[in-house]
Amino acid sequence: MSIEVRNISKTFSGFAALTDVSLVVPDGELVALLGPSGSGKTTLLRIIAGLEEPDPGPDGRILFNDEDVAGRGVGQRQVGFVFQHYALFRHMSVFENIAFGLRVRPRGSRPSKAAIDAKVRELLQLIQLDNVGNRFPSQLSGGQRQRVALARALAIEPRVLLLDEPFGALDARVRQDLRQWLRRLHDEIHVTSVFVTHDQEEALEVADRVVVMNEGRIEQNGTPEEVFHHPATEFVMQFLGHVNLFRGRIEADHAVFGPWALQNTDPAKDGQEARMFVRPYDLDINTTEDGRPAVTATVTRIQAAGPTAKFELLDENSQPIRVEMPHDRFRAMNVAKGDRVFVSLKDARVYVEDYVI
Amino acid sequence: MAGTVRLRVSPTKAPQAVRDPAWVRVLLIAITLLFLGLFLLLPLVSVFYEALRGGVRLYFASLINADAMTAVRLTLLTAGIAVPCNLVFGLAAAWALAKFEFRGKGTLITLIDLPFAVSPVVSGLVFVLLFGAGGWFGPWLTANNLHIIFAVPGVVLATMFVTFPFVARELIPLMQEQGSEEEQAALVLGAGGWKTFWHVTLPNIKWALLYGVILCNARAMGEFGAVSVVSGHIRGRTNTMPLHVEILYNEYNFQAAFAVASLLALLALVTLAAKTLVEWRVRANMGQDESAETPTPPGGGMTL
Repeated sequence: MSIEVRNISKTFSGFAALTDVSLVVPDGELVALLGPSGSGKTTLLRIIAGLEEPDPGPDGRILFNDEDVAGRGVGQRQVGFVFQHYALFRHMSVFENIAFGLRVRPRGSRPSKAAIDAKVRELLQLIQLDNVGNRFPSQLSGGQRQRVALARALAIEPRVLLLDEPFGALDARVRQDLRQWLRRLHDEIHVTSVFVTHDQEEALEVADRVVVMNEGRIEQNGTPEEVFHHPATEFVMQFLGHVNLFRGRIEADHAVFGPWALQNTDPAKDGQEARMFVRPYDLDINTTEDGRPAVTATVTRIQAAGPTAKFELLDENSQPIRVEMPHDRFRAMNVAKGDRVFVSLKDARVYVEDYVI
Repeated sequence: MAGTVRLRVSPTKAPQAVRDPAWVRVLLIAITLLFLGLFLLLPLVSVFYEALRGGVRLYFASLINADAMTAVRLTLLTAGIAVPCNLVFGLAAAWALAKFEFRGKGTLITLIDLPFAVSPVVSGLVFVLLFGAGGWFGPWLTANNLHIIFAVPGVVLATMFVTFPFVARELIPLMQEQGSEEEQAALVLGAGGWKTFWHVTLPNIKWALLYGVILCNARAMGEFGAVSVVSGHIRGRTNTMPLHVEILYNEYNFQAAFAVASLLALLALVTLAAKTLVEWRVRANMGQDESAETPTPPGGGMTL
């Protein structure tokens, strides 16, 4: 079941949470809505679910498989929704929680008791919690609760599955396990899924597509590789990991940032200010000059615990620079705090200011 | 020394260094016990003592007396109407205040407290002002031969007014704390409004609701001030139990007065027992809720 959102806006007492948002989620995909808090990602998810009404507008549409569901209430859309804080029914056992969506169906369409039992058992197996059916939510760990919440959402055989910060309330380790599990689960059941997250690592690791949102608008919609390696806007570049910012300007057919000059593909913007973003691992450090154009800087801090060695430097204008490099290279180089080093460039993205100064 | 040893095993969690010295603890406990004995236990005992002083036969005779029976019946009728009405009102108000955002919410919460803030006598006078012979609706009521003041409807109205905050006050903080996510989850799963209320909301608030009803009932049966103003003290017709006790007492019929009063005292004891039981249940439930995530100290964070 594909989801299509067309020209949806939402205002909360004067605050624009969403501004003219359009989005297509293809059938069977797992899509992440990624953004900082207040970017409108949860609002968009809740509007898809029907928990929130979009602002009335002539072009606003929400389509499930090209069928307009805007007029349908939240109970009729047949969506599975997983809340950040689980929202399990605290006075019901795990079994009753999962069975709830089937048991409240009107008598005509309600499955038999045996069918409900079988379905719940099957779901308990799917979430690998076969023997906790009789327990109460309060007796489960956070990760277990979230899996029960997922099983409860899946019990009604939803047409789409929506997850609001599903791992937000869990600690780092459980989070890691659970998101890999979610990915495997999705490969197994292939229900069109949208999940909201503010954790870029989570989005890039789990999703087929990542939709980056900021201030109620979609900044970029692409595969994890696209948004990471080819960020469409400065915001996406900055949001997906740490970046160094260098200011410079366009001179003839080059963008010039201190000693570095990059080929400019858009010479019409001659003389304009430009900004260059460089990921910490796209910078290189040398203790001696090797002929490459380089900025000189002083090492202020080295943090070698973790997957890479991280350097904090200050250049001659006291601008901080962050550099990351593999451990083997760090060990071979023999650099210490206080040393003067030469920073050279491996890769960068340049954004030219849209306005003329 | 013996006192110190006994106190050390008390369930206080405070480390030795921040505990008060032994004599302070002993003094505080002694003062508390003395006050409890003097101002609570002694009067309670004296009620039953006075009631039974003339013998069991006289005691029951005072209760079976027609006027006393009418008072008991009227009290039960009043509570029987006021409590269910306030149950429904309390639920509706708490639901509206906890689950919706709207203008004037703060004012509404303050208004719910009004009966607690205002003297019961004033509450009674308000109804006299509205429905009394010289009141706003008085002439119309007289013309249609309807009696509210100095009649049973007045007693019921005054009681409802005085007792309406109890259920709402118990539910509002609980429902605010619980939020509406579980209800939203139920709606997404296809449950309608009624099923959501019945299967999700009500089970979550049942103990607080029961607690509010118990308190509401105790006050409804025991209310004196407001009812005294509107009832007119017509013996055998508009006297509730508290009013009947007062009449008997003013007639120097102490034994009968205390006999009826003993029923009210019994009601208080039953209420206390029920309240304790509910509190115990709530605590057990909360303990179960918290155990998995954040262990709270026993009794900590209880709002009841």
